[in-house]
Amino acid sequence: MTNPSVVQGVQALPQEQEGTSEERLNEILSSYEGRGDELIPILQQVQQVFGYLPEPAMKKIAKFLKLPESTVFGVGTFYAQFKLVPTGRNVIKVCRGTACHVRGSEQILGEVEKQLGISAGETTPDLEYSLETIACFGSCALAPVVVTNGKVHGRMAAPKVRKMLKKEAH
Amino acid sequence: MNFEEIKKQAIVQWKAMQQSKNTRILIGMGTCGRAAGADDILDVLNRELAQQHIQADILPVGCIGLCYAEPLIEVIKPGMPSVFYGNLTPELIPEIIKDYLVNGNPRSDLALGIRGEGMLEGITNLFDLPVLKPQVRISLRNCGNIDPENIKHYIANGGYEGLAKALRMEPQEVIDEMKKSGLRGRGGAGFPTGAKWQFCHDAPGDIKYVICNADEGDPGAFMDRALLESDPHAVLEGMLIGAYGIGASEGYIYIRAEYPLAIQRLRTAIRQMEECGLIGDDIMGSGFRFHIKIKEGAGVFVCGEETALMASIEGSRGMPRSRPPFPAQSGLWGKPTSINNVETWSNVSAILAKGAEWYAGYGTEKSKGTKNFSLAGKIVRTGLIEVPMGITLREIVYDIGGGIPEGKRLKAVQTGGPSGGFIPERLIDLPVDYESLAQAGSIMGSGGMIVIDEDTCMVDITKFFLTFTQSESCGKCIPCRWGTKQMLDILEDIANGRGRPGDIELLQELAESVKDGSLCGLGQTAPNPVLTGIRYFRDEYEEHIVEKRCAALHCKALISYYILPDKCEGCMICARNCPVQAIEGGKRMVHVIDQDKCTKCGICLSLCPPKFNAIAKVSGEPVGVPEKPVPVTVEV
Repeated sequence: MTNPSVVQGVQALPQEQEGTSEERLNEILSSYEGRGDELIPILQQVQQVFGYLPEPAMKKIAKFLKLPESTVFGVGTFYAQFKLVPTGRNVIKVCRGTACHVRGSEQILGEVEKQLGISAGETTPDLEYSLETIACFGSCALAPVVVTNGKVHGRMAAPKVRKMLKKEAH
Repeated sequence: MNFEEIKKQAIVQWKAMQQSKNTRILIGMGTCGRAAGADDILDVLNRELAQQHIQADILPVGCIGLCYAEPLIEVIKPGMPSVFYGNLTPELIPEIIKDYLVNGNPRSDLALGIRGEGMLEGITNLFDLPVLKPQVRISLRNCGNIDPENIKHYIANGGYEGLAKALRMEPQEVIDEMKKSGLRGRGGAGFPTGAKWQFCHDAPGDIKYVICNADEGDPGAFMDRALLESDPHAVLEGMLIGAYGIGASEGYIYIRAEYPLAIQRLRTAIRQMEECGLIGDDIMGSGFRFHIKIKEGAGVFVCGEETALMASIEGSRGMPRSRPPFPAQSGLWGKPTSINNVETWSNVSAILAKGAEWYAGYGTEKSKGTKNFSLAGKIVRTGLIEVPMGITLREIVYDIGGGIPEGKRLKAVQTGGPSGGFIPERLIDLPVDYESLAQAGSIMGSGGMIVIDEDTCMVDITKFFLTFTQSESCGKCIPCRWGTKQMLDILEDIANGRGRPGDIELLQELAESVKDGSLCGLGQTAPNPVLTGIRYFRDEYEEHIVEKRCAALHCKALISYYILPDKCEGCMICARNCPVQAIEGGKRMVHVIDQDKCTKCGICLSLCPPKFNAIAKVSGEPVGVPEKPVPVTVEV
């Protein structure tokens, strides 16, 4: 489960988008009717636009859906997909499914962690990389699998990690 | 245009494509194909065909299930049989185009097999290959055969015939047909589909729902993804049939956000259904009304449980609730709801089209029909397979899967993901049906099948599953929240060499309590890997606890690396690359690993030149080595 204690210091919508971010949020909300069952799709769309769920956005969503802020926060922290802190420009996902596990994904994760200097679930301080693990990407036949910015790398091996990361940096 | 006209048009178009003067090239573009490099293959194909001035139609298709041979193409030259080529690299494409399309040599050395009629010297029929011969394709009937983004392809191959037939029947007759077919829920629990529909049909209420559970969360399972990517209409047609039988006019597909391609193809499919009058307020002119919405999951395993799934659709935290009331009585927004899995729905459309008796002709007495499995792990031919119920594990592992790679020994087959159990090698002749798997302590599950060889430690793999279920436990009920955590803690102790006598018994006691006491399927089945692990591999647990030994050489705390003095040539490669400087030694000096500093990363073993092969990885047996580096003995 996502650790709620990670929401420190995120008080305003992302700085670089200030001015436009309010409008973008309004634009998202305008395509919904304000029903409670729209909460998850709205959060998904907000995260797609902002890269994470900024706190002011969650407050505004609560008002829009006439839900307590605690409910919005509760849903935002329940689902693994939602991030309450910004993610890096490059997202590296290491699959930790069963097929990947028996084919050595633990070593691959270790190598990515070593190369990036962060642990799974963290983002590099320069916001260049985020490292995530996923329960199963569903490409088990190509295990072990790493997904970088949506691109699937099958039949990975620890020695290939450095080259893969280098390619993603540009 | 009514359905009959659309069908006629679809068949004309399909036939025209079959008889086209152009060469047709089908390319597998599912997630697996793409991950294996299908995009590059497509680029090279386009380039080469243009360069050689060959008129060819390229058709992206889904997954035929031969994942081990991806990327795959199927080449259909006019007047020639269709030839499959697998394990392609961009370099091979120009060769195939030049040799086969230009010069008429089908390159039997590169071909995998022929599909359909016709023969070519040196190439066998695809369905005579050991990997496909035992398979029966009902649910996966169109996968890899049609363009999943073209509804006409589906219709030309008999699609929506089942729906047309259903709409001519009374709803109760549709349910009776389902009961007669013997179809049971393919999500894993195996509840009879017809009975489930009957409960929902009989429940009072004007508004009812059907839901397609596409929240395929089992790590190690990809059947539903492949099916939705390759043949979305087979699933959607099933939902329409079910909705008609039950009396529902609204449906939801709850699909994990991790499957973007499947979601995209479903959206395309639904749009095309609207255009063909197959979804809306008057389907096929029968007055039957049905609409479908797609809801994307947000990465939580427990949402595959039906009550949690419905809570998630409603916009809440996806936590299960106790049953009864069952969803058939009180489901989504308190209305009667039938939730069925992707594979179940795709079987429904086939059953209606071809008849319950035909379907019941496959399988065993109590488990009818076929089952999809994603075969992965330590197996030569990984892939998506569909087999008749009652087939033995031996046939799956050795005939279809081609056995274990690198001549290793099979240790166990794991079915049902984190909810299932291990079936040991000695039960390899077990028939695959709901009852036999349950008797062996595992479950059918949704179809994940992971093959485990001698290099896998049973304590570690059990710990792996428990790590998963423990982190995915929603925390609502105590047996699951704390029980999985306690079991995991004990397993970690055992793997780290801190196991104590009595741990096995404690684990078993905990496992039974969690099984009995948990609220939903997640907790009730989470102990299965522990229980079957101990039942069949108790000696491995005891080895870890008593001898502090991991025979599979996996548990880091129980293994050591040594440099063999009679083999080390003092080349210094390992010493230079050790990340913690734990290796001492100079040029032409036998190197020594400082066991206190060593983090057991294994880099030295992977880097020691094979001609020296001087690093030994052992567990529980010390190796005689010098304490300090000594000069390499010169061979006389």
